[in-house]
Amino acid sequence: MALLEVHNMTHWFGGLRAVHNFNLTLEAGQIRGLIGPNGAGKTTIFNLITGIYHPTEGRVVLDGEDITALSPNQIADRGMSRTFQNLRLWRYLTVLEHVKMARYSKLTYGLVGAFFDTPKREAEEKASTEMAMELLELVGVAHWADQLVTSLPYGAQRRVELARALATEPKVLLLDEPTAGMNPEELIQMMEIIRKVHSQFGMAIFLIEHRMKFVMELCEIIQTLNFGEVIAEGTPDEIRNNPVVIEAYLGKEVET
Amino acid sequence: MTTDSLPVNASQNGLRARLARFWEPYRSVPLLGWLIALLVSVGLEQLVGRPLAWALGMSKIPALFGIVVILDKPLLIPSALLYTILIYLLPMAIVARLLTGFSNRLARRLLQYPLIVSALVHLVLAYAVLYLWTDISDYRLLVARLTMIAIIVTLSLNVVNGYMGEFSCSHPGFMSLGAYTASVFTLVLFINDNRFGEAILPTSWGPFFFPIGLILGGVVSAIGALLVAIPSFRTRGDYLAIISLAFMFIVKSLFENLEVFGGARGISSQPDYATLPVVFVWTVLSVWIINNFVRSTLGKALNAVRDDEMAAEAMTVNTRKTKMVAFLFAAFWAGVAGGLFAHVLRYINPDTFGIRKLAEVLAMVYFGGLNSVTGSIVGAVGLTLISEALRPLEIYKWIIIPVMLILIMIYRPTGLVAFTEFDVKSLFQPKEAAEKGADHGAA
Ligand SMILES: Nc1ncnc2c1ncn2[C@@H]1O[C@H](COP(=O)(O)OP(=O)(O)OP(=O)(O)O)[C@@H](O)[C@H]1O
Ligand SMILES: [Mg+2]
Repeated sequence: MALLEVHNMTHWFGGLRAVHNFNLTLEAGQIRGLIGPNGAGKTTIFNLITGIYHPTEGRVVLDGEDITALSPNQIADRGMSRTFQNLRLWRYLTVLEHVKMARYSKLTYGLVGAFFDTPKREAEEKASTEMAMELLELVGVAHWADQLVTSLPYGAQRRVELARALATEPKVLLLDEPTAGMNPEELIQMMEIIRKVHSQFGMAIFLIEHRMKFVMELCEIIQTLNFGEVIAEGTPDEIRNNPVVIEAYLGKEVET
Repeated sequence: MTTDSLPVNASQNGLRARLARFWEPYRSVPLLGWLIALLVSVGLEQLVGRPLAWALGMSKIPALFGIVVILDKPLLIPSALLYTILIYLLPMAIVARLLTGFSNRLARRLLQYPLIVSALVHLVLAYAVLYLWTDISDYRLLVARLTMIAIIVTLSLNVVNGYMGEFSCSHPGFMSLGAYTASVFTLVLFINDNRFGEAILPTSWGPFFFPIGLILGGVVSAIGALLVAIPSFRTRGDYLAIISLAFMFIVKSLFENLEVFGGARGISSQPDYATLPVVFVWTVLSVWIINNFVRSTLGKALNAVRDDEMAAEAMTVNTRKTKMVAFLFAAFWAGVAGGLFAHVLRYINPDTFGIRKLAEVLAMVYFGGLNSVTGSIVGAVGLTLISEALRPLEIYKWIIIPVMLILIMIYRPTGLVAFTEFDVKSLFQPKEAAEKGADHGAA
């Protein structure tokens, strides 16, 4: 049984079928990619897997447990973490607080600790600070730990989001266009960071990308989505030369 | 000094520079130093306050630093101002300056012990100041206690409207639940009165059981909050404002129609249990606990929910639980404050906790500053002073306060001291860096 399995997932937004009969098997430690033209339904698939929307049909199974009906925080707590296509950071929290926040469900000091500042809370908060600092170190933004995220450059904000996603200790990491808006230099850095993260923690990664170079280099298997349906699936080489994929992308260019 | 040689072209610049230079040495006065200076001032007032007031042509000591006379007896403004300078500003300026070194050393010394020692020393000093200051008149005693209660209410509403970023209007309703519960508790158990009959327990036990009555009030109020929270936080969207407003009016008309609780006439003759030390301790307790909460990761989750709820959920934060807990927590403290309030005024009726109270509390929260403990204290104290100053205007006060609230929300939507963190430890810190700077200057 694979780590993450999606069976026959379909989702309707009113009269719009955003995802149709989507299937996925993600093995532990595997890196997979999801590509497709704008509006193909890629982000919607992430939102369905992480519980932000519940699919009209189909099931999502994580590590043998059916998580289809769970709420996003429960799914996240069970080891599914993600970043967002358009950064979703908290305006009035510092970089460090962002990463610590992702430890929320792992904290055990409870309300008593929160209200009375018990030694247990001190210890847990301290441990979580240390862990968060290590992650910030890993993605290279530790020197900004006490800044508000809004004061950071865009590329650094993306890395904060990655560190935050890692703090939940994910078994599966979903990255929604991790290099969107980045310049070529930042793109290389991001690729290095993802490689490093993967070799250090060994989690499975499922990523959406538009930059072909990035996907082709990182992923073992790539799925191509068009109008909510998988039109091709295979290794980078197979995808690169697949006429259906080329047409989906060219077709889009002709339209626009 | 390089600043002296700079050409000063605008007189305003010169004034500002002079003020800054005057203020410079006071930057190195720690909180401890200010408290000692205040203590000297209130002590001085005890000794020479009355004769000085007479000498300046006033029948009694200006109650709130002359703020009350501004609209009431404008002719006394110069006298009140002079009094405030002679008793407060001048002695404080001198003492704070003279004791800068001493108070810094003392503050540093205290911090070598566990933090609680510093905290206790500061609190004892603060209480001593408050005690001597309120000893002058019953009016001061009343204002001081009401201000501290206002701090509890403001801070607890800030948890919902500031830290969590929702808009709740039900705080007067929560206060009234707490006020009625605590009043019934003390009157039934410890007091012989004509509404609830003979006391069940010895009257002398009353003050010791009072905290239980207050906590009970808080719990009842939190249960009331559950009725607001369940429908409001079920779905996303701005239902809370409307549901909580409805709740406030429902509670009000409930008490108006319950004859057991005196209907529209309310309940009176509560025992005088909410004395200065009692209110002081509860205020300190509430500030400490609420501040602990908002600084923990569990409390910071409120900010995450406010700033981006979807991201909070995706990062394992149980947003529904977070909102519920915060809302009930806030209601609890509003209930406790209501109980204290009832035993300070010793008379409550349903109308006490209506739309006026709401305007007042909202003004305190938004004036002082969202998402900030300091802001709530500033808001509660500031608005109480303004409100006392406006008292001669009687009913027109209730035009001015809402207008102020609207202006604040337009021109400074987050308030005076918003989005700060209240770090108790740094509060007690000696001002070492500044002190060193001053030494260099002298050398
Ligand atoms: N909440 C929603 N309600 C209605 N329609 C939606 C919603 N979210 C997405 N859609 C629609 O579903 C389709 C797929 O959107 P989605 O965001 O998943 O595309 P995408 O593949 O991530 O595109 P992009 O590359 O631009 O990010 C689009 O037509 C979009 O308009
Ligand atoms: Mg997308």
